Amino acid sequence: MIGYLWAALILLSFLIAALRGDMAALTPAIFTAAGRGVTVALGLIGTMTFWLGIMKLLESSGAIKLLNRALRLPARLLFPGIPAEGPAMNAILMNLSANILGLGNAATPFGIKAMEEMQKLNPHGSTASNEMCTFLALNTSSITLIPTTVMALRASAGSANPADILGSTVVATLCSTVVALIADRLLRGKVVD
Amino acid sequence: MLFRLASFVAVWVVPFLIAVAIIGSLLQRVNLFDRFIEGAREGFTLSVRLIPYLVAMLVAVTLFQESGAMELLSRGLAPLLERLQMPVEVLPLAVMRPLSGGASLAIGAEIMERLGADSLIGRIASTMIGSTETTLYVLTVYFGAAGVYRTRHALPTGLLADLGGFVAAVLVCRLMFL
Repeated sequence: MIGYLWAALILLSFLIAALRGDMAALTPAIFTAAGRGVTVALGLIGTMTFWLGIMKLLESSGAIKLLNRALRLPARLLFPGIPAEGPAMNAILMNLSANILGLGNAATPFGIKAMEEMQKLNPHGSTASNEMCTFLALNTSSITLIPTTVMALRASAGSANPADILGSTVVATLCSTVVALIADRLLRGKVVD
Repeated sequence: MLFRLASFVAVWVVPFLIAVAIIGSLLQRVNLFDRFIEGAREGFTLSVRLIPYLVAMLVAVTLFQESGAMELLSRGLAPLLERLQMPVEVLPLAVMRPLSGGASLAIGAEIMERLGADSLIGRIASTMIGSTETTLYVLTVYFGAAGVYRTRHALPTGLLADLGGFVAAVLVCRLMFL
């Protein structure tokens, strides 16, 4: 699926630029973007390194075990194939908690770790497992109580009360998450690639 | 009030988490620093492993913007989104949001500068950004980390969730702020 999207984005771009007679900008754009891909990945190294260290400490402190027990029921419902107290579930719960608290820069390292651990449990190799797809559905739909980035954006745009969208955001994010979970269930098995 | 509470949480949550991790580990008498390093060591390899995936996706998305295809797509989708009661001003945001985090934030900022952060449209735009994620980026990075390239229904699911979030944002803001 993602391969077709990738191909479509690139080929459509070429076609449309050609029709508009505007091919000149494309070649430099390709290599600037390629460089930016490396910058983004390198920019992750610091936060990633730090948060994975802290996550190890949260594991050994027993704090994750508490979180794990508190969320056992929803966790089992959402991710039936993931062992309740293993490293994959720990990382999943840390990622979801960080998302809810609006900790974007911690959610990504935990999420990446969660995917790596889920891949160890995945018998299908390069094909995503059901649990991975559910986890992605939760993450792409965003689940947050504190939209930190937007509040900062609103403050800098001169809002009198940057947080007055907290309520509407929570409702909208719940809707998007419900849509994501329903779509995840309904489309499972329907889309093959 | 709400803003102060939210800002308070935003400022305190990271130090709090770190303190819990350290104090908890001290109480368990584990070898604190060794454990930290053991976890942290993976940060580099996991990040570097993302490079090919990020390069591939950023090149495609950038081409899509630079070629003008993006603009055509927003124009094509406009009637559909308008039927869902979405104001014309936030249409470009709805189209950009799943593809590029940076560009959609820039569009959001521009809408708020032009129409006011506390206008209905400004609040709709804020709610749209706050309630959704950059689907393509999340997909690329997370599946990239796992080395998975057959992503099954994850992409349509993510896009449907974005659409659900946008429609909900418009409806909720109309109810709350009008």
